[in-house]
Amino acid sequence: MSPHRLLAVARKETIQLRRDPRSLILAFLLPIALILFFGYAISFDVKNISLGVLDRSNTNESRRLIEAFTSSGYFTVTERLARYDDADAALADGRAQLILIIPPDFQKNLDAGRPAPVQALLDGGDANTATIAQNYADAIVAGYSADVVLAGRRVAPPLVADARVWYNEALESRNMIVPGLIAVIMSIIAAMLTALTIAREWERGTMEQLAATPVHRLEVVLGKLVPYVGIGLFDVTLAVVAGIVIFQVPFRGNVILLAVMTFLFLVGALGLGMFISAAVKSQVLATQAAMVATYLPALLLSGFIFSIATMPLPLRLITYIVPARYYVTVTKGVFLKGVGFNVLWPDAVAMIVFATMGLTLAIRAFHKEIA
Amino acid sequence: MPDAIAVQDLTRRFGDFVAVDRVSFAVATGEIFGFLGPNGAGKTTTIKMLTGLLHPSDGTAYVAGFDVADETEALKRNIGYMSQLFSLYADLTVEENIQLFAGLYGVTGPRLAARRDWVLEMAELTEHRTRLTADLPLGWKQRLALGCAVLHEPPILFLDEPTSGVDPVSRRHFWDLIYALAEEGTTVLVTTHYMEEAEYCNRLALMNRGRLIALDRPAALKAQMTDPILEVATDDAPKAIEALQHVPEIVEAGMYGRALHVMVTDEAAARASIQRTLAGAGRRVEHITVIPPSLEDVFVALVRRGGGAVVG
Repeated sequence: MSPHRLLAVARKETIQLRRDPRSLILAFLLPIALILFFGYAISFDVKNISLGVLDRSNTNESRRLIEAFTSSGYFTVTERLARYDDADAALADGRAQLILIIPPDFQKNLDAGRPAPVQALLDGGDANTATIAQNYADAIVAGYSADVVLAGRRVAPPLVADARVWYNEALESRNMIVPGLIAVIMSIIAAMLTALTIAREWERGTMEQLAATPVHRLEVVLGKLVPYVGIGLFDVTLAVVAGIVIFQVPFRGNVILLAVMTFLFLVGALGLGMFISAAVKSQVLATQAAMVATYLPALLLSGFIFSIATMPLPLRLITYIVPARYYVTVTKGVFLKGVGFNVLWPDAVAMIVFATMGLTLAIRAFHKEIA
Repeated sequence: MPDAIAVQDLTRRFGDFVAVDRVSFAVATGEIFGFLGPNGAGKTTTIKMLTGLLHPSDGTAYVAGFDVADETEALKRNIGYMSQLFSLYADLTVEENIQLFAGLYGVTGPRLAARRDWVLEMAELTEHRTRLTADLPLGWKQRLALGCAVLHEPPILFLDEPTSGVDPVSRRHFWDLIYALAEEGTTVLVTTHYMEEAEYCNRLALMNRGRLIALDRPAALKAQMTDPILEVATDDAPKAIEALQHVPEIVEAGMYGRALHVMVTDEAAARASIQRTLAGAGRRVEHITVIPPSLEDVFVALVRRGGGAVVG
């Protein structure tokens, strides 16, 4: 190992990076564009659900219930139905996602202290939205019932599950998405960045001159890593700031812990990209391979979208070799839960293993033999 | 003084194909040693083995005293190499390329400044030091590549077709630089397929189909030629060469510009036969003259004598 040679490679790589618009876009524009794009576009929150109402009671109480729906902010009345038979058409056309049917004896039952059932019809074609809408409707009806009880009427006391949400009190899906998103985006960007770097040397023929010098492959791999680790750390900083400032995601953890974990993750992810680059020796192929190797696993198997705990066993086992899994745990944990090293150490160990493996693979795949 | 390069039975196979077949030779310190042969003859493969870029399948080679098979790092510190295709970084400036290779070869501190200035001056690029390498004409790029290869003042320099694609004036200029380096004691091994360049070498190895078919000074190689060569100038070279196909005294005939070079067994008999045959075919003969053999003639004759064909 010679610091001179390592530095010479790092310096040259930095200059090349600065002059390559494609790499610059990938390094600086894409991560922030993706954060903004996904941050705004992906939301699991359902708002403005179109509500159809068939109010056959048409009393003060029934209007109060409808009012409770609209004032919740989740529902907007889009249809007033006159007959039960219209419900099917309203759901089928998509004019309403949920139809609330209040029976004629609604107020009478309430006044008599009897249970007063109402009916909700849902469009199950979009199961996800339907489930969420149903939960909202249940909550609103429960809240309404509580009001009725408090108003002094004799209603059989409802059994209330007093759920309390921790870490993401508002259950804003954005709070959960942005930290995970940082991890997913950095997996992709890191591998893509370095996927070009060794393949480019092969394609342009510069590898031959490089290989003819006494430079050791360890020096080439580490030297090339230096500028990209710098870019990766910069990107994560930018994404974290964007998350806090633009999306107002709470940041409760330790910045230094996140930085150290990010560094470990980047070395592994960049090493993986370099390994692919050295192995396939073509920029196009390497970019595609890096995409496939990182994008889908990071998106689907990291716990970013789908909870790992609920996956079938074979998939759950696969997630252990998806590096993004550990980094997603880290970003979510540090952002939302403010957890420290005492909780994240298994992920740290996994990322050290991953970083060592990435580097070893890259160095082993890098051959200085020129046929 | 030990040989700068000592090669014994060096062989490289790619699957079933033998690219270099039991090649042996030695190069003395300070010599300009040329490799001549058509594309695919095995010149580049040989150079890659000698520079530690390619592992030999068989045989041994010592360069500057280092075994090319397993002392590659020490070997690479003691040699300079300029590859066949331009392979400096096109997106770096002249100076950035020099700095990169200086760093890789461990040229630092005050020596770096001195060597950088020397290279810039040698390559006549001092005024263009901040230009992107991609924007330089090919001849200038080659001079820069040579400069980067000798930054660390290696005792042995390998040049693989250093002047291919360069105009004759630049080529001449480049050879002046090679001579200057050799005068300072650098051993130079150079491959080429330009015959006139081969003449500049102290000694010449002729390669064909992976084999070394001759090795000597250029003059001695030409002296080996016993068959005389006639230059035949006619009004129509292609038709003339067709007409001469079955003349028994002709060993080999080829077109050189508008004239033919004809290798013959017996000068007087051939002269008469050629005159007669061409007259019979209605060609006008301008002159028939004995000419000294060129290296190309030597090459073709040697390949023929070995019973082989020229590849490439």
